[in-house]
Amino acid sequence: MRRVYFDHIATTPVHPQVMEAMLPYLNDFYGNPQSLHSFGQETASAIESAREKVAQLIEAETEEVFFTSSGTESNNFAIKGMALAQKTKGKNIVVSAVEHQSVLHSVKSLEKSGFSVTEVPVDQFGLVDPEDVRKAITPETILVSVLLANGEVGTIEPVASVAKVCQEQGVLCHTDAVDAVGNIPVSVKNLGVDALSLAGNQFYGPTGSAVLFLKKGTRCLPQIDGGIQESGKRAGSENIAGIVGLGTAAEIAQKELGVWADKVRPLRDTIIQRMEQEMDHVILTGHPTNRLPHHASFCVKFIEGEAMLLNLDMKGIAAASGSACTSRALKASHVLLAMGLDHATAQGSLVFSLVEKNTTDDIDYLFEVFPEIIERLRQMSPLYPNQEEE
Amino acid sequence: MIYSEKVMEHFQNPRNVGTIEDADGVGKVGNPVCGDMMEFYIKVKDNHIDDVKFKTFGCGAAIAVSSMVSEMAKSKTLEEAMAITNDDVAEELDGLPKNKLHCSNLGADALHKAIENYREKKKAHEKEVDVKAHEEKKEKFFCPYCDGPVEGMEEACRSCHVELDRCDECGKLLRKDADKCPHCGATKIRV
Repeated sequence: MRRVYFDHIATTPVHPQVMEAMLPYLNDFYGNPQSLHSFGQETASAIESAREKVAQLIEAETEEVFFTSSGTESNNFAIKGMALAQKTKGKNIVVSAVEHQSVLHSVKSLEKSGFSVTEVPVDQFGLVDPEDVRKAITPETILVSVLLANGEVGTIEPVASVAKVCQEQGVLCHTDAVDAVGNIPVSVKNLGVDALSLAGNQFYGPTGSAVLFLKKGTRCLPQIDGGIQESGKRAGSENIAGIVGLGTAAEIAQKELGVWADKVRPLRDTIIQRMEQEMDHVILTGHPTNRLPHHASFCVKFIEGEAMLLNLDMKGIAAASGSACTSRALKASHVLLAMGLDHATAQGSLVFSLVEKNTTDDIDYLFEVFPEIIERLRQMSPLYPNQEEE
Repeated sequence: MIYSEKVMEHFQNPRNVGTIEDADGVGKVGNPVCGDMMEFYIKVKDNHIDDVKFKTFGCGAAIAVSSMVSEMAKSKTLEEAMAITNDDVAEELDGLPKNKLHCSNLGADALHKAIENYREKKKAHEKEVDVKAHEEKKEKFFCPYCDGPVEGMEEACRSCHVELDRCDECGKLLRKDADKCPHCGATKIRV
């Protein structure tokens, strides 16, 4: 059976060059980078070279890059670490309503220890208004966190403007850029943020390897205590192969990112156009133009996302959904609800995320099987208006 | 795969999808907030479920559960169908993931609601027919226990004050706490 992978926002495959770069560090080079002997020094220098490559990708200084185990850890590290380091100044944190769970749950956990959280709303496209952030900031506010791009609806947020507001108000600014870095050009200098999270498995790096960028001089308490790895900011023996892989992925992305985007954007546009032209009652979610180049997301009315995913999977097509039934917690997507969609519509969430290796044949195949899937599920749905009655 | 083969089989080939226009009973449960919605339609003949159809908005488990419930209910007596539990449905499907067990609740609930709806409709209908027949014949109703005259719509006998109800089977008057109908002999006279 033909297999098509349209779920790169969940994870990308590892690039062959990345795997090749990693293999020696699972084999020949195994010294602990904290050891003084040459075995340790070999791996220590591999880590530093990877740090340099990641720094170059996001225009940071080498010593501003800290390796972690996932985007989720980076977000936890940034939010909790920065909030706790600033707690004598104030105890309010401002976040957008469409943050990733790792940000929302981190602030929720801080609420239990006396912090307060203000959620900034978004418009119908999922966009945050920097002026709303300004209004939300009080003298108690110490930290603002607004994501750079939304994995569920693809919308790119005006983080540079948010960071400017934060600077004017003397408040720290973090951005969760996990779904953005490696897919669009990201420069911490241009953004002006104090902290930024990124993860390798969004751009051909290995899963389990991620980064928190912390601007020089930004206070952030470690969230894993132990040895002096990562300048004492993040203890634990380093995931050497993972870090090397992330470095190589960053190096490739820096060179190829523009080429990738130019190839994948027309594919994304084809999916959006054909959805509009060939399907009834399917709405685009997120911003129509200001969105990730590889991201096409929709709500298919009258049916539920998980049932669509299972049917697509039976045809060999991998996609994602933010429907309540798809989430293990059985909660509808907070992102879609924050954008003003009703529960029934949000249940029909469907996300296609591509890479430049996808082809127009893949999309033809999707539209070959998709209408039948929708029709079959709609015929089963009590919400679908009966044609005879119409 | 998170689902058993049987769940996937029912999900791919759901039985009894659709509606029944002149259904004897309709049961609707769920709402989009919780994720799933189910509608069951039944036709009843001689106290048996003669036909059953469903429409479902929901995940793979919800669709498979609806299909399985419809299969299990077919040709059963109303009492047997009422006795189908959530656990029975989940077991017939070779199990459901823990966080999807509520789907099996919905399926059985929707079927039970359809049967209750049928019983209520039947009772209301038979009461209407009974009252009409008496009116036409200019007959009076009598309390089945003291033979005192009653209007036919009261909830208690004016003479002996016994609480009155209508039999689910024949629609005739009987004591509210009766466990057997004195007119038709039905024993399961209440839902």
